[in-house]
Amino acid sequence: MLEIKNLHVSLEEEDKQILKGVDLKVEAGKVHAIMGPNGSGKSTLSYVLSGKAGYQVTEGSVTLRGEEVLDLEPEERAAAGLFLAFQYPVEIPGVGNMTFLRTALNSQRKMRGEEEMSAAEFLRVVREKAKSLKIDADMLKRPVNVGFSGGEKKRNEILQMALLEPKMCILDETDSGLDVDAMKLVARGVNALRDENRGFLVITHYQRLLDHIAPDVVHIMADGKIVKTGGPELALEVETNGYSDILAEVA
Amino acid sequence: MGFVEPNNALLDLWLDRAENQTDKGWSGQQRADARARVQKMGLPNRRDEYWKYTRPDRLTEAAVPTAELLSSEDQEIFSGFEQIKIVFVDGVFSPELSDALDGHDVSIELLSQTRTQEGHWASDIFGQLEAAGQSPVERPLAALNTALAEDGVLVHAKGATSKPVHLIYLRQNQSCDVMLHHVVKVDSGASLSFLESGAVGARSNLVLETDIEAAGSFHHVRIQGRDHQRLASTHQFARLRQESTFKSFTLTANGALTRNECVIELLGDDGIAHVAGACVGDGDFVHDDTVFVTHDAVGCESRQVFKKVLRNGATGVFQGKILVKQDAQKTDGYQISQSLLLDEDSQFLAKPELEIYADDVACSHGSTSGAVDEDALFYLRSRGVPKALATDMLTLSFLAEAVDEIDDAELINSVVEWLEGWLERRRT
Repeated sequence: MLEIKNLHVSLEEEDKQILKGVDLKVEAGKVHAIMGPNGSGKSTLSYVLSGKAGYQVTEGSVTLRGEEVLDLEPEERAAAGLFLAFQYPVEIPGVGNMTFLRTALNSQRKMRGEEEMSAAEFLRVVREKAKSLKIDADMLKRPVNVGFSGGEKKRNEILQMALLEPKMCILDETDSGLDVDAMKLVARGVNALRDENRGFLVITHYQRLLDHIAPDVVHIMADGKIVKTGGPELALEVETNGYSDILAEVA
Repeated sequence: MGFVEPNNALLDLWLDRAENQTDKGWSGQQRADARARVQKMGLPNRRDEYWKYTRPDRLTEAAVPTAELLSSEDQEIFSGFEQIKIVFVDGVFSPELSDALDGHDVSIELLSQTRTQEGHWASDIFGQLEAAGQSPVERPLAALNTALAEDGVLVHAKGATSKPVHLIYLRQNQSCDVMLHHVVKVDSGASLSFLESGAVGARSNLVLETDIEAAGSFHHVRIQGRDHQRLASTHQFARLRQESTFKSFTLTANGALTRNECVIELLGDDGIAHVAGACVGDGDFVHDDTVFVTHDAVGCESRQVFKKVLRNGATGVFQGKILVKQDAQKTDGYQISQSLLLDEDSQFLAKPELEIYADDVACSHGSTSGAVDEDALFYLRSRGVPKALATDMLTLSFLAEAVDEIDDAELINSVVEWLEGWLERRRT
């Protein structure tokens, strides 16, 4: 599904290397988790994958279902099936959430040469998906993320994911700022999307999200590299002992 | 120092155009007074402080300018609304294209048809609000208009009016100079919705004087024509009595030069005056909003909300002032002017001013210039929205605060649709 090879990335504005050779392969149907201390490069990886400006790839490659990703514009990556759930979803005053969702969906369909979804069909689909995430009509009507609580913003991210039906989902610290109930709701939304044709990359500091979204593979990232890979038990080890033991072990 | 043509020679050329105009009828004295006013002031020139950011030359030169007619098959804006249509073609009233002027719950007359009459309700307003608005800042183009304008509407709302009065400006002639002078009176407790749309002329000088009696309400929405080379100068003068409401919104797209001046006097307690504008300019475009709000009564609220989207070298200007006189306690004044600069070539020049003599007031103002929010742009693109469309969505988002000043959801929708059309035509 997603294959990252020897990815080296620097900041464009200063000569600082953030990713120093990341190798990672997420198979369809699997959930991979990346854990790591602050500043290890986790969020940078998610931004580089989704095409945010300000980063320079100096070496390596990323392919999504065999197609090179790094040459594509962010919107083309989205249409190709890549989705990033933001750590800090952006507020856009003056753009209604429904308009935003429909424009996104139909833009992707258009780029893929598919027929646009009619207004009536769209309304039906959104309502159905919103309901399971406890997103009410008011949240759909309001401007994108404006005045949303932390939990509402994250649920809105998952709603977008459910609606756009991407092939590869990247979740960047989706648990940050969520209480337990909100986290469960978000996790349930994610779990509902798990299927054999879809890959997940879940980036998190803490093991607790992984209690609710059970990973198949766990990676530990430190100083711009994946330093250790294991099963779900690796996350528990981090939870118990912190990162320092693991980092000492691989140093 | 560049050579500036002596003003009065130029002014005489203007005044000579109307040499045969008789100063009889109910408006004769006001016209004569206005002629004397403008002769004393002279036409604006580029050395005037009030014209520091916008050169007035193209508005004052004697030769009649040319502006290509816009070839467009747009549906007329507001066409879906119940309304009283009054159509001017190149500044000339068209009875064929207009609805009947009588038979409505609002009185509508034409300046040209009443001019020879002696005595008219409008004589207390015509040229009077303009004259009052000449201090502390001179507005010679408005006085010139009072002296010379041949036509305009005289609208008198005596109660709640059921349909908006819609002035539609059409053009047929590439070269023409148009002056129109409208007078609106809203009686105590009455209400009126007043719409204007279209390009008035190749060059136009338009004055609207609005007198609102106690608890009267006036709602004005104006869409200025998008003929690319047209030049426009407008002045609105409004006088508000106790608990009256004045709300005015102007949308401008295109036009080589637009100067919209708005002069509001809050003379009765607890009045409300909102004036807002949204403009989108691409290329050869200078757009100037010059606003002067005077609080001269207790407990009044005023808002100025102006948003400008500028690209390909377009220029936006904002000069906005709130003057709070000594006895105007409990004043609530707000002013915001913002520009969205879509490239490095465009510029926004803003001069926000507060002058406050009362001590118990809340006044705030702000002015910003910025580019498209990169985070928001990336967010939209990451969801699959192409860059050009995402930029347009953010442009509409930027303008929303000004558009939302319109006091009617359906009018807001039609303005937003109109803006979407403008943006879409420029998207590749």
